Amino acid sequence: MSESDCEGALHELYEFLDGELTDDRRAAIQHHLDGCQPCAEPYDFEAELRVVIRKKCAEKVPDSLVAKVKAALAVAASEGPFPVNDFERRPHQDP
Amino acid sequence: MADQARFADMAMDLMPSLYAAALRMTRNRADAEDLVQETYLRAYRGFGGFQEGTNLKAWLYRILTNTYINNYRAKKRRPDETELEEVEDLYLYRRIGGLEAAMVGRSAEDELLERFTDDEVKEAVEELPENFRLAVLLADVEGFSYKEIAEILDIPIGTVMSRLHRGRKALQKRLYDFARGRNLADATPGPDDAVARAAGSGDHV
Repeated sequence: MSESDCEGALHELYEFLDGELTDDRRAAIQHHLDGCQPCAEPYDFEAELRVVIRKKCAEKVPDSLVAKVKAALAVAASEGPFPVNDFERRPHQDP
Repeated sequence: MADQARFADMAMDLMPSLYAAALRMTRNRADAEDLVQETYLRAYRGFGGFQEGTNLKAWLYRILTNTYINNYRAKKRRPDETELEEVEDLYLYRRIGGLEAAMVGRSAEDELLERFTDDEVKEAVEELPENFRLAVLLADVEGFSYKEIAEILDIPIGTVMSRLHRGRKALQKRLYDFARGRNLADATPGPDDAVARAAGSGDHV
């Protein structure tokens, strides 16, 4: 395991965790991590941190908000077609 | 061409995630609720322009983010363009990841990270300057890809990556400050704690 493998693995840690690497690069890093505990540890740590952040930022929607939104949409529906402005018309492009 | 009548069926399930994001953006419940309601109304009205089969969640987030930027950001006038303090990579890991070594056979950092309260994590996110906060929120909490974030925020992918990089480091620094502030980092048995425990805390877990 060369030092440059470790540097490369740490350099691409976030792109790896973000799922932004090519399959080849991902496999190469995974292979490195399988044999290199010093690199695997920060990867595991960062992955766990991500899970914790996601979990602890979750919110329960107040029932009153659900009711308000439903009521607002019902009013909008009763008002009939609404001129679509450019912003919402702009379709979202999928990868 | 999407049918407006189907909008509620498709979009209501996404409200918990939109509301959580709205709270992190506006930092207060009243504004977050207004922002979510406005987002759903705008989305409903524009739903005819949404292409079914494309990413509804990303489309709603784009509306949410734009509505926030247009309606709420100006109101707050926070000095958000300040530079983030630059800290090293793996800031948190280098400080509390090492405590793992003191715990034999257990994954200590899992437990350490779990000790942050919901409020601490939320506050750490909310304290990020806005540009960084939005990027971190969309990536780390919502799991959007760089490309989706670039489209939601209307910025180049390279900018997404640099905001994420710096925003994540700043978030970790804030979390570490919390950990240190209430001695979380010291709560794991380590060499220095042996004396304290021997002195009679009685807590021999």
